[in-house]
Amino acid sequence: MSAPLTSLDRPNSYIGRSVPRPNAKRLLAGRGRYISDLKLPRMLHAAFLRSPHAHAKIVAINAEQALALEGVHLVATGADLAKICTPWTGTLDHFKGMISAPQLPLPLDRVVWAGQAVVAVVAESRAIAEDALELIEVDYEDLPLVVDIDGAREAGGPVINPGSANNTCFRAHLDNGTVDEVFAHAAHVVEEEITFGRHTAVTLEPRAIVADYDPSAGMLTVHHATQTPYQFQDLYSRHYGIPEARVRVIATDIGGSFGMKLHVYHEDMAVVGLSILLGRPVKYVADRIESFVSDIHARDHRVRARMALDAKGEILAMDVLDLTAIGAFSTYPRTSVVEGNQVIRLIGAPYQFKNYRATLEVIFQNKVQTSQYRAVGHPIACAVTERLVDMAASKLGLDPFAIRAQNVIADDAYPQTSPTGYRFEALSHQACLKRLREIMGYDALRAEQVELRKRGVYRGIGIATFVEITNPSPAFYGVGGARISSQDGAILSLTPSGEVRCLISVTEQGQGTEAIISQIVADQLGLAQEHVKVITGDTEVTPHGGATWACRGAGIGGETALQATRALKRNILEIAALILQEQPSALDIIDGQVVDAATRNQRMPIAEIARIAYFRSDTLPPGTQAQLTVSHHFAPQGYPFAFTNGIQGCSLEVDVETGFIKVLKHFIVEDCGRIINPMLVDEQLRGGIVQGLGAALFEECRYSETGQLMNGSLADYLVPMPMEMPDIVIAHVETPTADTVLGAKGVGEAGTAAASACVLNAVNDALAPFDATINSIPITPTKVLKALKRF
Amino acid sequence: MSGFDQTLLDDADETVRVQLTVNGRRVACEVAPRETLVDCLRNELELTGTHAGCEMGACGACLVQLDGRAVHSCLMFAVQADGATINTIEGLSETGVIADLQAEFHRRNALQCGFCTPGMLVNAHELLSQVAQPSREEIRDALSGNYCRCTGYEAIVDAIEAVAQARDQGGGTK
Ligand code: FES
Ligand code: FES
Repeated sequence: MSAPLTSLDRPNSYIGRSVPRPNAKRLLAGRGRYISDLKLPRMLHAAFLRSPHAHAKIVAINAEQALALEGVHLVATGADLAKICTPWTGTLDHFKGMISAPQLPLPLDRVVWAGQAVVAVVAESRAIAEDALELIEVDYEDLPLVVDIDGAREAGGPVINPGSANNTCFRAHLDNGTVDEVFAHAAHVVEEEITFGRHTAVTLEPRAIVADYDPSAGMLTVHHATQTPYQFQDLYSRHYGIPEARVRVIATDIGGSFGMKLHVYHEDMAVVGLSILLGRPVKYVADRIESFVSDIHARDHRVRARMALDAKGEILAMDVLDLTAIGAFSTYPRTSVVEGNQVIRLIGAPYQFKNYRATLEVIFQNKVQTSQYRAVGHPIACAVTERLVDMAASKLGLDPFAIRAQNVIADDAYPQTSPTGYRFEALSHQACLKRLREIMGYDALRAEQVELRKRGVYRGIGIATFVEITNPSPAFYGVGGARISSQDGAILSLTPSGEVRCLISVTEQGQGTEAIISQIVADQLGLAQEHVKVITGDTEVTPHGGATWACRGAGIGGETALQATRALKRNILEIAALILQEQPSALDIIDGQVVDAATRNQRMPIAEIARIAYFRSDTLPPGTQAQLTVSHHFAPQGYPFAFTNGIQGCSLEVDVETGFIKVLKHFIVEDCGRIINPMLVDEQLRGGIVQGLGAALFEECRYSETGQLMNGSLADYLVPMPMEMPDIVIAHVETPTADTVLGAKGVGEAGTAAASACVLNAVNDALAPFDATINSIPITPTKVLKALKRF
Repeated sequence: MSGFDQTLLDDADETVRVQLTVNGRRVACEVAPRETLVDCLRNELELTGTHAGCEMGACGACLVQLDGRAVHSCLMFAVQADGATINTIEGLSETGVIADLQAEFHRRNALQCGFCTPGMLVNAHELLSQVAQPSREEIRDALSGNYCRCTGYEAIVDAIEAVAQARDQGGGTK
């Protein structure tokens, strides 16, 4: 039996195909080139002395002995670097009234969190630099500190930023409808306060940077483990006063990033300054404890929310207060309020209702900054919404699937605008709900749950619907005055031997950017994928663009590659037409051969066109200038964001004696539009879900009352390990966006978006027979036992 | 710092000559007593395939084969390895003993950023040399000290399971 031919059976049809990543072989052989591996001639090493206090005045620094140590080249304080680096402020114009204090690489007179870098030492080895740190004396004078959200909001309490009236960084208020009135008359109201702990990215490779300033050329080269090289090119240029074209940022292999490696870190800025001061390459690689105390953290929200429903279970209104504490500064250049802003705008997103009110308060405290990390705001918005929906379902006696089916925006009701102002082009909640029910074997799971309960085994089933923001337009940062690009660029060349080299601005951190770009180029041009070489991550070589953040690699980078390839193909066929005395429209390219479009008869290899164009242009008609390199940029237009959607399900077991939770199986149905490489999409989902499960069950940055991070190591801070993680079942619905030819939307954050919500609902479902509820994430055994009143 | 004993620093820097057989070749390096094996491999011998993720034995990124067993090169001083035979990911790749594992990891995309991958492969290699047909549970258990932030682990488990089966049917390289 032979299946009917599909578009995938065409030669060179790579879009939609699970092909392995060409570059992965290198990584599998131990031939990765991570920044932490880099060694340059005359390279020195930096280490930082960090503040033991969460809030203190720096009275005096004595570094004489350190400087005298053999092998030490420089000891620099805040004042030394302030002479060459201009300060930065983490605010955006479109967040009206937002404030944050100016920041410098190292502080001048005050430290604002425990672990903040205070003094830098540069030496011949990292070990010597660390030895020198031991010889530095800093006199501090303790200042009153602010650790928790309530303390920070207390009137008359300590204020972190001198000159400010209070510790409020930003406030936002949305009010859409007659919320008080609807709640007063609603048949049902459910209300909950949910807290979300701080957690952090814990990329396996910590942050790493090698800055190399060459004074003779006035040229700064920075090898930087970042997702966004162009952003850093701009920042290093502006803050150190070096012309942009003389700043080169190279981001080769990156050992994980997830949003954490796109913020400005004080040490990274300092390392650039240290290299400028010394005129030599300087390397800094954070060690694990430094990562814990200085990488951005994320979440840290306390959300009070209520939902009003009518007698039949129709959602009528939501009313939300989100308090979030972000540390002592707002990060630069993306700010630390984006998460809260996204929380209040994504709450309720899957559902059809009109009346919405939300207040966001973003608060400073003496801890390291929080900022964007995978699925910014999504897990919080999703957990709050989905918990309330489940609470409403149990109040009304409805099944979790039934109440969602009744309230999600119908698949045929698009375009739609959410009560928070988001415009949805086309989502597929109904189809996803239906599919999830099938893949979970929902009815059987419920039956099994009932049976097991009789035997004292407490299983829970949770589901959670989500909406994800992808393909961001300039409405994300550009309108706020940040020099962060939403457009991407590609430069495509046909090489003399008929291969294609593609330089593209989207970057690779293992998600498979280079693979999908080569698939798109090969597919659109008509040649084998192995004949496409993709190059990313070097501002001197690749064209300017946004690179990788907010799920834009496939949707925006992919569309850029597609359009660039079509332009190159037009140019190749024009030359071919001249040589073959044909109309370009009568020709096509298949498998690297120019063919007759109608008959597919081979006419000549594209390698032959390249040979003639490059080496025998004398044989082309007079006036012909072959353009076998094209440069093309693409910026999203149409909808400001491509929203995607999906739904997750979780089956888990709670041991009511120990409070331990075992996730048995996790499920996701997801709609990211056109799928370019199903295997890579599935792996993004799995990786994302596991990060979400980590947040839901284990991960929390715990602080003492004096603002000390108490679990800054991989022995104390729990991350999901293979043994605790379940197998994950995946299904897809495909609703391509009509805004691009490619139709792809993002997928990187979908897994993380709803995992916490799912687990929260499942644990509460498991605990239902005990009348115990959990309203805080991560859900640790202690919290479970407390809810059960057994602790 | 008051009371700081300078001789401690001098001792810390006094190097010792150690001899190792690394990836089949005899090498000698001058190492400070405080230098860990992972630092020696990465810095002195420039074998950067071995990674450091936590430097406390929790993440598995630094696993190498030492005298035939997988060990954490972050938990060992280089001087302790004097006389040992070490295979890093580079050596295991070159000899082809893990070629089937690497191919299967590649086919199933059982890696993303690749930073955990050398440690995963060393551990998988160790597991399959001890247990020919591990169950999925046993594979997950064996990998329980290997942290990966990027994948969901499942593809890694799938790949190891598939290689175990293929080797059993005589399809492997061993
Ligand atoms: S670096 Fe050795 S186990 Fe993490
Ligand atoms: S692939 Fe990135 S840590 Fe495993």
